[in-house]
Amino acid sequence: MLLLGPVNVLNDLLLKFFSQETINFFLWPLIQIGLVVTLVALWVAYATYLERKISAFIQARLGPMRVGPWGLLQPIADGLKLLVKEDFVPEKADRWIFFFAPYIAVASAFIVFSVVPFGPDWAVIADVNIGLLLVLAVSSVGVLALILAGWSSNSKYALLGGLRSSAQMVSYEVAMGLSLIGALMFARTLSLSGIVGAQGSDSIWYILYQPAGFMLFLISGIAENNRAPFDLPEAESELVAGFHTEYSGMRWSLFFMAEYAAMVVVAAVAATVYLGGWYFPWVFQLEKAGYHNLYVIVSLLVFLVKVSIILYIYFWLRWTLPRFRYDQLMDIGWKWLIPSALINIALSAIAIFLVQALNGYRGMRTIESLDRGLNLTTSGKVIMIVIGFAGVFITAALLARINWRSRDFNLKTQRRNIRLVNLPKGKPAVS
Amino acid sequence: MHQVEIATTQETLLDSPEMVLNMGPQHPSTHGVLRVVLRLDGETVIDLDCDIGYLHRGMEKIAENRMYTMIAPYWDRLDYIAAVSNGLVWVETVEQMMGLPVPPRAHYLRTILTELNRIASHLLWLATHALDIGAVTVLLWALREREEILKIFERQFGARLTCHAWRVGGMPNDAYDDFDKDVRQFANNFPNRLDEYETVLSENRIWLSRTVGIGVISGEDAIAIGLSGPSLRGSGVPWDVRKSRPYAAYADMDFDIPLGENGDTYDRYLVRLEEMRQSRRIIVQALDNLPDGPVNAKLPKVVKPPVGDYYHSIEGPKGEIGCYLVSDGTAQPYRVRVRPPSFINLQALKQMCVGHLVADVVAIIGTLDIVLGEIDR
Repeated sequence: MLLLGPVNVLNDLLLKFFSQETINFFLWPLIQIGLVVTLVALWVAYATYLERKISAFIQARLGPMRVGPWGLLQPIADGLKLLVKEDFVPEKADRWIFFFAPYIAVASAFIVFSVVPFGPDWAVIADVNIGLLLVLAVSSVGVLALILAGWSSNSKYALLGGLRSSAQMVSYEVAMGLSLIGALMFARTLSLSGIVGAQGSDSIWYILYQPAGFMLFLISGIAENNRAPFDLPEAESELVAGFHTEYSGMRWSLFFMAEYAAMVVVAAVAATVYLGGWYFPWVFQLEKAGYHNLYVIVSLLVFLVKVSIILYIYFWLRWTLPRFRYDQLMDIGWKWLIPSALINIALSAIAIFLVQALNGYRGMRTIESLDRGLNLTTSGKVIMIVIGFAGVFITAALLARINWRSRDFNLKTQRRNIRLVNLPKGKPAVS
Repeated sequence: MHQVEIATTQETLLDSPEMVLNMGPQHPSTHGVLRVVLRLDGETVIDLDCDIGYLHRGMEKIAENRMYTMIAPYWDRLDYIAAVSNGLVWVETVEQMMGLPVPPRAHYLRTILTELNRIASHLLWLATHALDIGAVTVLLWALREREEILKIFERQFGARLTCHAWRVGGMPNDAYDDFDKDVRQFANNFPNRLDEYETVLSENRIWLSRTVGIGVISGEDAIAIGLSGPSLRGSGVPWDVRKSRPYAAYADMDFDIPLGENGDTYDRYLVRLEEMRQSRRIIVQALDNLPDGPVNAKLPKVVKPPVGDYYHSIEGPKGEIGCYLVSDGTAQPYRVRVRPPSFINLQALKQMCVGHLVADVVAIIGTLDIVLGEIDR
């Protein structure tokens, strides 16, 4: 394969200076990290471009058009502008915390990419056996950056933004973690590569087993990223710019990069857990035909496409929906998302129990193997998918039962229409 | 300057869970240079006070030193979003004081153009109100429609925002050649566009939860404060100057007045949307019945109203714009006083906001539809 030519050449070149072990365990990871960081940074930069173009498309305008053809160089121009801008520090700010908060935000967002399986084989930096736990743990460190930024700015708007973000991210992390458990019961592993492998060997995407879980994860992920309609920490019409009100120049752009990187992370995890990651039907045919590197590269592209689709949903929502209010946001988190995540866990457990119980009942076969996740036969899959989609409605019905008294639940019936009256005409003022 | 009546000393702040937050005058959603001092308990507003005057230009005093015909352009700068309506209140006051017979064609054109201006003003209100609540896309959609109206204004008056639309006694010139075609084209496209906004907002759960039951004011309170315009009608009070004391050609027009029931932000939103539809109805009627003839009355060389005083008001987009004029018989007014709807509507802010959250303050400022140029004058 031509594409792997340089890799082999590089490997041979490195072998002249280092031992194979050093190369495998130290140098290759470094190269991978460098590649991933560069690519992700570029991706983040072009995510801003895409966001502007997509919002322009939604809003019936053109978006950036001046720098380069179709404004393609706009992110680079923006980056340069932000680099040379003054890095202003408010006089009474807590200087060191103020300096370091953006780095915490960026680091916590970028570290997660180390466990994301971009593709099979060499497209994974580290296959940690507790990958998903690491993702949740590291991305929750991002809250710290927001709180510190809000606190150290010594500005009331920033403080309110920091308070909001801490409450919001802490409560949505619960829902986010709980919503993943359903999928984990099928994968039977926390390793992200393992989850993709389980979906591959079962030839299914877990969105079919776990439609409710996918929706819950996406919603709480959007809230976790502070994106519209949950962008309260930086709600520009209320809090000016929320926690980064006092930031300018490069530090501000670090927050911006962290936000987009965190978005990509959530999209990547959603794609990995629910959309099969790099797996898609017939991808293994390439491997069997002997095109190993083509297989890796095609899988990589498939993964990127899936992530981009989820990112598009992010942009789409942001430019369509109004913003929630703070208390409504908490309502949704605690009264809707967390209960429905718990219901989802219970339903998934029941479904798995049912499928296991049916296996062998009057000669029925539902389970194929348990080696790599839960691999079901066709009849098992049908049962699971039916229960999965029925679960969405069961969850909705149960939640409606719980919440039917709440103010926001029956707003449509509360609203009354305006009436039109034809008033009698008075004496004209004009002769 | 007006003393803000909220304790801001450090001791009271440190010992209590309360926080004093200064919203404005440089804040993205106070619609100009309004300064609102909020006392917050967490994020709940327990007290607020408004500080205005950052845009004070002394319009009423300036008017005392100008000829009657020279004052009209100043009036455009009061509520610069609705310059055409503001101009109309001035020229009509002077005309009525002098008893000038304005030709019917001028009356009809005035009706069409002020209604267009009402739509433009309501569109800007919708744009900023939706933006404050977080729906950014509606802003650009609404501005797209407003642009069509501004194009008509540009062709008719030569200016887009502060048009200096009217002259005492009529209009500076007749409608331009394609006026009928342009306005009809706009009127034909407009209802569909309005339905688009309704699709995005009216049934939207988030929009409902942000507006239903927010900033409620009862009809009695609204009358007591002196609210006017859509803010008053949102509370269900049937009062519209176009009906109760018709000016221009409104006496010949057939239109309905939308009334809300709950007096909350959502009702005011629906009332304003319906008002845009009714405005379109008026525009089409006036175009169909547009009489021929001159657009100017014969004026004396110098406009000198007789000694005395006169009050005239019209229904502007934001409420009742009134003009109280005292003449001493010279070529300059003795005293002019404007009844600014935004200023009086703003007085309801405290009553509407207390007990709500910071995010609602922004929504309520949006629903009151204030323009600081008019408040500070």
